[in-house]
Amino acid sequence: MNRLPLLFFGIFITFASAWAGLVAYPYLNLGRMLPITDEASGDILPPPISGLADAGQRVYAANGCVYCHSQQVRPAYLSTDIAKGLGGRRTVARDYIRSKPAFLGTMRTGPDLTNVGLRYAADWQHRHLYEPGVVTKGSIMPSFRYLYRMQKIQGQPSANAVQGLQGPHAPPPGFEVVPTQQAVELVAYLLSLKRDYPLPEAPQEEVP
Amino acid sequence: MTSLAKSLNPKNDPNAGTERFERAEIDASARIPVLVFFGSAIFWLLIGSLLALIAAFKMNIPGLLDSEAWLTFGRVRPAHLNTVIYGWSSAAGIGVGLWLMARLCRVPMMHTSLLIVAGVFWNLGVLVGTLGILAGDSRSIEWLEFPGYATPILFIAYAFIGIWGVIMFRYRKPGHVYVSQWYLLAAFLWFPWLYGTVNMLLIWQPIQGSAQGAVNWWYAHNVLGLWFTPIGLASAYYMIPKVIGRPVHSYYLSILGFWSLALFYSWNGMHHLIGGPFPAWMISASVVASIMMFIPVITVAINHHMTMRGNFEALKWSPTLRFTVFGAMTYTLVSFQGSLMAIPSLNTLTHFTHYTIGHSHLGLYGFFTMMMFGAMYYIVPRLVGWEWPSASLIRWHFWLAAIGITLMVAALTIGGIIQGFALYDPAVSFTNSTLFASPFLWVRGVSGILLTVAHVVFAVNFVMMLARAGGPRDEPTLFAPHAPDKEVAAV
Repeated sequence: MNRLPLLFFGIFITFASAWAGLVAYPYLNLGRMLPITDEASGDILPPPISGLADAGQRVYAANGCVYCHSQQVRPAYLSTDIAKGLGGRRTVARDYIRSKPAFLGTMRTGPDLTNVGLRYAADWQHRHLYEPGVVTKGSIMPSFRYLYRMQKIQGQPSANAVQGLQGPHAPPPGFEVVPTQQAVELVAYLLSLKRDYPLPEAPQEEVP
Repeated sequence: MTSLAKSLNPKNDPNAGTERFERAEIDASARIPVLVFFGSAIFWLLIGSLLALIAAFKMNIPGLLDSEAWLTFGRVRPAHLNTVIYGWSSAAGIGVGLWLMARLCRVPMMHTSLLIVAGVFWNLGVLVGTLGILAGDSRSIEWLEFPGYATPILFIAYAFIGIWGVIMFRYRKPGHVYVSQWYLLAAFLWFPWLYGTVNMLLIWQPIQGSAQGAVNWWYAHNVLGLWFTPIGLASAYYMIPKVIGRPVHSYYLSILGFWSLALFYSWNGMHHLIGGPFPAWMISASVVASIMMFIPVITVAINHHMTMRGNFEALKWSPTLRFTVFGAMTYTLVSFQGSLMAIPSLNTLTHFTHYTIGHSHLGLYGFFTMMMFGAMYYIVPRLVGWEWPSASLIRWHFWLAAIGITLMVAALTIGGIIQGFALYDPAVSFTNSTLFASPFLWVRGVSGILLTVAHVVFAVNFVMMLARAGGPRDEPTLFAPHAPDKEVAAV
């Protein structure tokens, strides 16, 4: 092949077509979605998240939670995600407009977290992050002890101390385990993961 | 001396006189810059292997090294990915690509000191990025975890490298433009477009929400398809005819393979997000493009096979050919697998499982990395002016790598399918899906040890070569002394 303008043009145009479809289009469309107001309740959907939860996304990213946990529910015609209880409906683009970044994930070495905020409360999350293998038998999740601090109890025990630790790293008598700011942010983020609000483009699905 | 030995021996290039002088001049000009890329690539290959082993065994022993933040799985895994993608694969590919470009354009590399500086900066970018990930600045965007203070270093370093590749093409000697040159030129032009786009849209000024997912996988798949794959194929198109001493089977198949790859591969990315929060047409377009990949893959496979036909015996002797043909055959296999994985009904089973990890290693290791090993076995003697010191180390390297990657892909494929069925069946608990996959992950860990040993063996041979160990040879280092009465090219 010695017709160089053709070679350059082809190299350009093949790439540009996919660039337009898979980069420019999502940038101009999916990238500019706005929240909607629910007419019945007057709620803003998806609901705004707290500053603490927003900061928790940084901790989630820094520690690579996404490599084992997805955050997407596939539609019922394509998967058993809904039958498995990952959520009541598929997730759609509007669900992620507050995500920085959108932790869609490609692995389910751990469970999907799209709706983890509906399943567990803060004290469970702290205990689980500290000693996952003790809280969930058979779990291969690593411990995130490094997001916690073990300290001597000075007078009254701290109000935010993690309760109910039983594993080999549980605090000895006279000591307590308290979350660092990062752990507090991370748990706030996990609790904010609730995609149970109604969106017109994603109706609740019947499980076949 | 037989024709195979001749074809591999830098001192005995078949065309005597000016052409031989010209090649020697090109190789001399490429010596330092290409060795900078190769040497650093091998260094990062070792670091990447170590990180991979830590991440792999953490899946079996969750308590392993879990007290320090920088050693947690979610940091070691992206550190592994990025060191092998940018530190090893890209740097090896750049070295091979630049050398091939110089040889095929028949021009020496000019102003190589700038290229050397670019190579140093590329490695600085990889180092800063990797430390950034381990320190907790990962972006957690797959294939793009390097923090925003590392990516500009890589981008600027690349700009010099890419410009050098294109400039060589601009000043090429008149004559036919060979198929490897199309692939290399395209790769040198596509990569900055890819990397620049994602830097703008995901790292410096992140766009909103799920649009990031689309751009992320458009990038991640195209790094493989439009950066590594063209370099790998360029190398195969060069090495196979060179070693066996006959031309590529069909010019027209080469054209069809190149253009169909450019058209279809670029649309593949969304098949990583089937069922995800995107308009159906985006997913469908990628699924269709993934199936259409059968065209470039079958075309290239036929072309390479027909070129090789009648010369398979040379695999017994030539390290370059053995690694390259292993890579070329794996390319066919992994591409077929990838097309099938994009079919939604199969994807629903393999998506989110270790099967995908097996597939990506088959591509990046079984195909690309083996291809780079093959090319290095050919190129480095020409740069150093010294033959590989030990044939048995090359043999160990090949078999450890070949058995290691086969074992790894087999374990992850079978384990992934079992895990996939467990994740699919509403009656099976989540914990069981991890439990079922566990024995296969042990096998994967063992295969990782084999690959790591293979890399150490390769690194030792490389360093010994730079140190000019083993005494001078007047023939290339082959797997076996090959019988002088067998004229390979005549078979």
